[in-house]
Amino acid sequence: MGMQDGNALAGPLSEVFAVDVTAAQRLCPGCGTDSAVGALHVYRMATAAVARCPVCGEIAFRIARHAGALWLDFGGGGALRIPVG
Amino acid sequence: MSRWTTARLVSRTKESDTARTLHLDAPGWPGHLAGQHVDLRLTADDGYQAVRSYSLSAPADGDRIAVSVQPAPYGEVSPYLVEDFPEGADIEVRGPLGGWFVWRPDRTEPVLLVAGGSGVAPLVAMLRARLALPEGPAFHLVYSLRGPQERWFGDTLDSLAGRTEIAVDYAYTREAPPGSARPVGRIQQAELLVDGFTPAQAPLCFVCGPTAFVEHCANALVALGHRPDRVRTERFG
Amino acid sequence: MAALTPGFRSRRRAPGDRLPPGQFLTEGFPVLSAGPTPAVATDRWRFTLTTETGDQHVWTWPQLTALPQADVTTDLHCVTRWSKFDTRWRGVSLDMLLDGVDTEARYAWVESYGGYTTNMPLADLRNGRAWIAHTYDGRPLPAEHGGPARLLVPHLYLWKSAKWVSGIRLRINDQQGFWESLGYHAYGDPWREQRTWGD
Repeated sequence: MGMQDGNALAGPLSEVFAVDVTAAQRLCPGCGTDSAVGALHVYRMATAAVARCPVCGEIAFRIARHAGALWLDFGGGGALRIPVG
Repeated sequence: MSRWTTARLVSRTKESDTARTLHLDAPGWPGHLAGQHVDLRLTADDGYQAVRSYSLSAPADGDRIAVSVQPAPYGEVSPYLVEDFPEGADIEVRGPLGGWFVWRPDRTEPVLLVAGGSGVAPLVAMLRARLALPEGPAFHLVYSLRGPQERWFGDTLDSLAGRTEIAVDYAYTREAPPGSARPVGRIQQAELLVDGFTPAQAPLCFVCGPTAFVEHCANALVALGHRPDRVRTERFG
Repeated sequence: MAALTPGFRSRRRAPGDRLPPGQFLTEGFPVLSAGPTPAVATDRWRFTLTTETGDQHVWTWPQLTALPQADVTTDLHCVTRWSKFDTRWRGVSLDMLLDGVDTEARYAWVESYGGYTTNMPLADLRNGRAWIAHTYDGRPLPAEHGGPARLLVPHLYLWKSAKWVSGIRLRINDQQGFWESLGYHAYGDPWREQRTWGD
């Protein structure tokens, strides 16, 4: 499957965020690009995805949906395993 | 937070020889913005589940929502939705989703839409939302498709004939209708330079289609001078 | 329990002698990646084995391709549920590269150009079960499939066969790689359907 946009992660993100996160902005610590989450570049594998800066490719976050939990990793701090039905 | 709810298939309408629009009844639907999508979840009798995203192809209409589906060869979900999912049956739906690739009816700047194949679905939702307004900004759709038989939303697009502020150009890539002046082939950068929608007019640009198509057109728009943050993209992957 | 979708069936087929549980057979070769495809020129390519004590063994492209080559025909199993039979590869056995490397390590941490990582027991790289592969179906491995060279460990799910491989660190303790740290299985045996941590 080819690259997608951050838009495509609105569904899984909606499982744990009360607001739509794809409209949020992110300032890339790697290259200084300010971009909407919906405009990040997304690579998927099975039920996981990694979202990257559209300019420099630095990882913004990773997300995975496994049985009973949504995994969310913003890098460095270890993935959060959030119980979801 | 979005939850899975149940929607019922009311009817299917034909968009091309192979593609269909599914009209679903989703009780309690909260409404949506043009450009948003839904996730559909299917459950097989052995418990296997598949989730797919589909753009909503019509503006909000009470509890009624529409998604338009091109069956992928050997696909797991899309051929089922087009051919086998029975009318009257239920499917799980989550949405509306996404607040970035959307057009809000209170925006006043011109809107340039660039569609590749089935990527026309969310863009026609925007066009239809504009058509529902008595007045509003100028819209221009550039629609790239293989041939005339693969044109979706023919009734809506044909209704634009004679209008000046809302128009559509077709870019046929394999086969053009008789008498077409444009040679078949992929969209050239110059074709995206449309009077009234140049970078000087600072339009909102929405590009949707297969990944390579979106990459090509979004790069062309930025090369023409559009600000990158005003070129919004949705790649089907 | 979610409502059934009447008539919907997965593409999964009954597992058999060659098709692991939960998989379907494909003729294509889908491309999966966790980021942009890195451009790695063979004149700058290096493969580095680093032991737990920090000893490094480095191969350049001419050095790798001058080693005895193995031709491998094998089935691939991707955690995204496709399997592909009888894929043809050429490369260098890890046995060859590990020969003479002094190590007490039990685990391998695999690194790639572009930043990807994965992990597995070192034993799974030995005994003719893993290769640094540079040729697919008689042609140089395309970049989208991991060229110039990828790790090939076909008895594990394909995410373990790191594309654009740049090196392997031998470790006393296991450390989770890119997808493993996001819930995918530390071992990943397709026959035991070890997809995620809970499997």
